[in-house]
Amino acid sequence: MLSQTLAITGISIRSIPERWAPSLVIVIGLAGVVAVFTALLAMAAGFESTLKATGRSDAALILRGGSDAELNSAFDRDSTDLIKQEPGIVAGVDGRPLASAELMVIAELVRKDDVRNGANITVRGVEPSGFILRPQLKIIAGRNFTPGLRELIVGQGVLRQFQGAEIGRVVRMRGSEWTVVGEFAAGDAHDSELWTDINVARTTFGRSGSSSVLAALDGPQGLARLKSAVAAEPRLTMDVLREQDYFSGQTKQFRRTIGFLAGVVTIIMALGAVFAALNSMYAAVAARGKEIATLRAIGFGGLPVVVSVMVEALLLALTGAVLGALIAYLLFNDLSVSTLGQNFTQVVFDFKVTPTLVAQGLVIAVVIGMLGGLLPALRAARLPVTTSLREQ
Amino acid sequence: MTKSGFVVANLFRKRTRTILTLLSVIMAFLLFGLLQSVNTVFNAGADFVGATRLMVQARVSFTQPLPVSMVPKLEAIPGVARVAYQQWFGGVWQENTPLIMFALDPQRYRDVYPEWLMPEAQWQAFEHTRTGMIVGRQLADQYGWKLGQKIPIASNIYPLKNGSKAWAFDLVGIFDGKDEEWKRRTNLAFIQQDYFDEANQFNVKGRTNFFILKLQDGARAEAISKTVDAMFENSPDETKTQTEKDFNISFVKQIGDIGLIVRWILFAVFFTLLLVVGNTMAQSVRERVPELAVLKTLGFSDASVLGFVLAEAFALCLAGGLIGLVLASICGALVAKGTGGQFQLQLDAGVWLIGVAAIGLMSLAVGLLPALRARRLRIVDALAGR
Repeated sequence: MLSQTLAITGISIRSIPERWAPSLVIVIGLAGVVAVFTALLAMAAGFESTLKATGRSDAALILRGGSDAELNSAFDRDSTDLIKQEPGIVAGVDGRPLASAELMVIAELVRKDDVRNGANITVRGVEPSGFILRPQLKIIAGRNFTPGLRELIVGQGVLRQFQGAEIGRVVRMRGSEWTVVGEFAAGDAHDSELWTDINVARTTFGRSGSSSVLAALDGPQGLARLKSAVAAEPRLTMDVLREQDYFSGQTKQFRRTIGFLAGVVTIIMALGAVFAALNSMYAAVAARGKEIATLRAIGFGGLPVVVSVMVEALLLALTGAVLGALIAYLLFNDLSVSTLGQNFTQVVFDFKVTPTLVAQGLVIAVVIGMLGGLLPALRAARLPVTTSLREQ
Repeated sequence: MTKSGFVVANLFRKRTRTILTLLSVIMAFLLFGLLQSVNTVFNAGADFVGATRLMVQARVSFTQPLPVSMVPKLEAIPGVARVAYQQWFGGVWQENTPLIMFALDPQRYRDVYPEWLMPEAQWQAFEHTRTGMIVGRQLADQYGWKLGQKIPIASNIYPLKNGSKAWAFDLVGIFDGKDEEWKRRTNLAFIQQDYFDEANQFNVKGRTNFFILKLQDGARAEAISKTVDAMFENSPDETKTQTEKDFNISFVKQIGDIGLIVRWILFAVFFTLLLVVGNTMAQSVRERVPELAVLKTLGFSDASVLGFVLAEAFALCLAGGLIGLVLASICGALVAKGTGGQFQLQLDAGVWLIGVAAIGLMSLAVGLLPALRARRLRIVDALAGR
């Protein structure tokens, strides 16, 4: 039985080159499905990995109650100072609470491939502790901004996607001029931002308070203590979130949208590919009718014939899937794009073709191969030997 | 037998193969129809909004407010007929459904946007009810809001004077669009700027995100936008002025290049399809070589044999394409219904037009090579099986 199966499968695979055109249809069909599937989800994976890398589990982001995003949040100077004194926040080396009040404003920059349509970019005013709270952020060119001066440092993601914020350039905001003096890399969502000194931002934009406070938590219980302290303070109506949760939470909507799009597109394309595969495999079985009938006549069983056709379909489907994944990888992996994030500003991220995605693509290919191979395989096994032998 | 009968009969000589190929074509055009209409949704407003309106926003970003006190200066510019403004409210319905909701001056807005249709009494009510709100037809239908109801809506930006974010508005009007395009956009909600100014806790008064200038003559849009921007240059409230159409385009571009993604997917789909149908056609001609030779022997010209094969390819693509596009329309209508009209997936005339063009090109691409082969056949060789 096993030797029969091996023998027939060997024959069918070795004869693929003689039927290259229909075989190619299966390979290319599957390559298309898997390439589109992988590329779409690589976009979701890249967005997610950028935001998930942002934010620490041992820091809390404090926003005005019910504001959902830093852009919508604002509180005055008194509240800002009050929050920093709450329990649950760890002390820094200077003995003061390790927390950074931050002010977010939005600037417009023009995409590199565009001439006039501006896109929103986050400008973040930070306190010096903002850098201590984000040790991953490194200045990679130029220098840091000087507190008190209208200077900006620019994230590497912004430089990749947008024009007009190169080192030495002047960015104009509300009638004020800001010089870009350095470039930083953080490897996360902050790469899509411009940073400056919060106090300069306050005076320039006529804002006295801040948008949010980022605070380092004092041990695993820190978040709970800070939350209950803020809730108990009548002068504060704040939401206290784990910083990591705040950023991870932003990926849900994007993931859902892309997941839905990828799902619909993949299902429709997969159906098309199944029909094409059925067609090709029927053709393959028909072309080999005489040969299969001969094998049956000299004593080969029906099951080995079924298996051989299925194996051929699967093999072609998998070849297509590997080709598709490769195309997606070559064309899209690490491709840098940007989209609108929670703050109504651009988040720059790279497509990530992950091993999981490739594995999922292969599973899709196996399913399509099975579906496309099964009916023709059964037909091959059921062909009446005598009629097939007599056929022209 | 008529010629068209002959073509159809030939298509069905291998029924399974034809049906399977047809199904592949249907799937490709179903996807084509859906993706193209998604593309249209994201370009919505780009084509039909007139060039007679300009959007003025803060130069740095439209999230930065501008003072309403700019209105008289804007109105004094020659060529500007009327000025309206609108302020983003950050409205949230129930748990977490964001609404497209603005605070504005009712009379000014009505003057600038005659495309919205609403009974005079409701316009009057909106103007005279401080806590009044008007909403688009789609929005009202989606959440079952009725005239006269008090609708609780939160703001994720502005608290009320007492610190609570639970605002509530009296629904005094439901507006409709003047045609299909405008009806599609009736997912908006508007409240009174005056009430907003006095009720919000931040003392945000007399600030707005956008001014909308209605022009006397659309042809002067460019010159007027330059005048506006020059007027406020180097002031704390620098402006950026663009036509409503350009504004909509750049707004959508913020999300990303949807068109690019759609084009890549469609490229993959049609490339695959070309191969599938092309292979089927080539195979069917290969199998029929002796038959075609017989046709020629009977006196059919080379051209008419070429015609037969091309017609077969065309019939296959046309049937599959049309069924696919119809299916896409049905799916689109279901999506529109399922989302309560929030996401209008409609195959408009443009999509159908491109679809039909795609069918034509597709038939040529898959049919031409086999058809030429059929045309070149020499009777002697073909009959001898060479």
